[in-house]
Amino acid sequence: MMSAAITTRPPTAPVPHAPAAGGTRRRSRLRTRLELALLLTPALVLFTGFVLVPIGVAVVYSLYSWNGFGPLTDFVGLQNYVDAFSGDVFQGAIGHNLLIATLSIIVQLPLSIGLALLLNRKLRGRTFLRMVVFAPYVLSEAVTAVIWLLMLQPGGFVDEILRGVGLGGFVRLWLADPSIVLYTLFVVITWKYIGFGVILLLAGLQGVPPELREAAALDGASAWQTTRHVVIPLLGPTIRIWIFLSVIGSLQLFDLVWIMTLGGPANASTTMATYLVDHGFKRYEFGFGSAVAVILFIICFVFALLYQRFALRRDTQGALTGVR
Amino acid sequence: MARRNSVGYLAAIAVIGVTVVPLLFVVLGGFRTTAQINSSPAGLPGPFVWDNYAEIASSPQFWRLLGNSALIAVIATTLAVVLGAMAAFALSRYAFRGREGFYTLFTLGLLFPLGVATLPLYLWLRQLGLLENPLGVAIPEAAFSLPVTIVILRPFMHAIPGELEDAALLDGAAKLGFFWRILLPLSRPALITVSVLAFITSWNFYLLPLLVFNDSTNFTLPLGVAMFQSEHTQDTAKVLAFTALSMIPALTFFVLAERRMVGGLTGSVKG
Repeated sequence: MMSAAITTRPPTAPVPHAPAAGGTRRRSRLRTRLELALLLTPALVLFTGFVLVPIGVAVVYSLYSWNGFGPLTDFVGLQNYVDAFSGDVFQGAIGHNLLIATLSIIVQLPLSIGLALLLNRKLRGRTFLRMVVFAPYVLSEAVTAVIWLLMLQPGGFVDEILRGVGLGGFVRLWLADPSIVLYTLFVVITWKYIGFGVILLLAGLQGVPPELREAAALDGASAWQTTRHVVIPLLGPTIRIWIFLSVIGSLQLFDLVWIMTLGGPANASTTMATYLVDHGFKRYEFGFGSAVAVILFIICFVFALLYQRFALRRDTQGALTGVR
Repeated sequence: MARRNSVGYLAAIAVIGVTVVPLLFVVLGGFRTTAQINSSPAGLPGPFVWDNYAEIASSPQFWRLLGNSALIAVIATTLAVVLGAMAAFALSRYAFRGREGFYTLFTLGLLFPLGVATLPLYLWLRQLGLLENPLGVAIPEAAFSLPVTIVILRPFMHAIPGELEDAALLDGAAKLGFFWRILLPLSRPALITVSVLAFITSWNFYLLPLLVFNDSTNFTLPLGVAMFQSEHTQDTAKVLAFTALSMIPALTFFVLAERRMVGGLTGSVKG
């Protein structure tokens, strides 16, 4: 969703209406200013007051040791940041976020592309199919978490299905085994979000001109070659945006983890966001928690800037904009 | 060609299976007893039991959660769409210095989704005295929905032909009159799209209400589902019934607004 800001060129200015006479002009200029103030101020106040100010305030809090009550007196400089980065649990949390992000790209992306290519054929019931694929995306993460928590109970639905099809040997303690829990969570994340990628890519495929495929086929390209060398490159912008959204999403992972494991067992599934809530709220370390929040911001922000600079730039230059 | 299509159908069936089975597990599980579920987790209801659903549907707790979620989502959506439409109008149909700067400022919000800002937001809301208050959730949600709203509405409003505006102004309408009487009605499809997106975002949001509300009478549906699960770990059937009922509003809404939503998401992503 964010990418529109990145890929869309702002529309050019509409021609302003320039009244002729000087007096009316001054009056109408004043009027225009008033109108602009009236139209823009409410949104600016809301946005500043509840998006920008809290972020600024967090930076201040992060420099103090503070339990959330009373005045800020105990200035500690960057100590909270040093503590966060030197702690094993937070280091682990960063690693878990990165693992989920990496898995998303190497597993979900090919899966989404494959599914989108398959579903793009003229199948009967395609509309229905799209709805089904997309449905888990509309459910809240809370509902998703509860559903899978129940299905993954030891001896529960998933285990019984696996045993039923002769794969009983694969049964694990899905959420209680520290070496497995992250992968289990990743499967649940994939179930919930794969539809979003498929829908995006299907929309991208609509923009691939059929003439290109036909031309490639006439030139003797096989179906696979056409897909690999014609269709997928044309999906480039969509894929790059999907990667962006997916990485940002992985960096902020919270609801599912919090409800399913609380970051456990033994911090094996802690993410930066669960760590933040755990310390900021549960333990009343608001100064420290704010520092973690700022770190999370900075990581997302730096990633967004770099990604925009190096990966999305080509898209904004409009090289192959036929795909949009 | 026929063979290739059959691969497509196989994939389609697999996708439907993987997507639908967990949902069926919940819905059908609600019709079983916990004893039935424990003895055979993957079985079908036999006999069908209506008690779980009946009990949840007649509990004030469930309806209160639903009401709280609806109230917050309506406030958040209204705020975001009204203020967003006004700002988008200013940013699309006026020429003034700093316009692109304002636009960039709003788009910055897209980089900081609400989840990341929650701890500082919580402290800020506490200072404003908005804890345990539906507005304490609805207002920040609206603020964080503004960027998407503006990003979708601005190009849409911009694309409405300037001749319409000239004609309206020639007829003596004020610019704001043009906005109210002509531009807004013409922007209806885009307004519906941004409303749907803002509503769903608010409806599903978990982290902010989790921090703002301590008193469970204020809880929203996502909080309620998680709480119900943790309070009734021994009664799987009831948890499943509760979860199934709580999926209905989002799924119904989705079925009704699917085209707007998919169009909005893909449209806003592709620009």
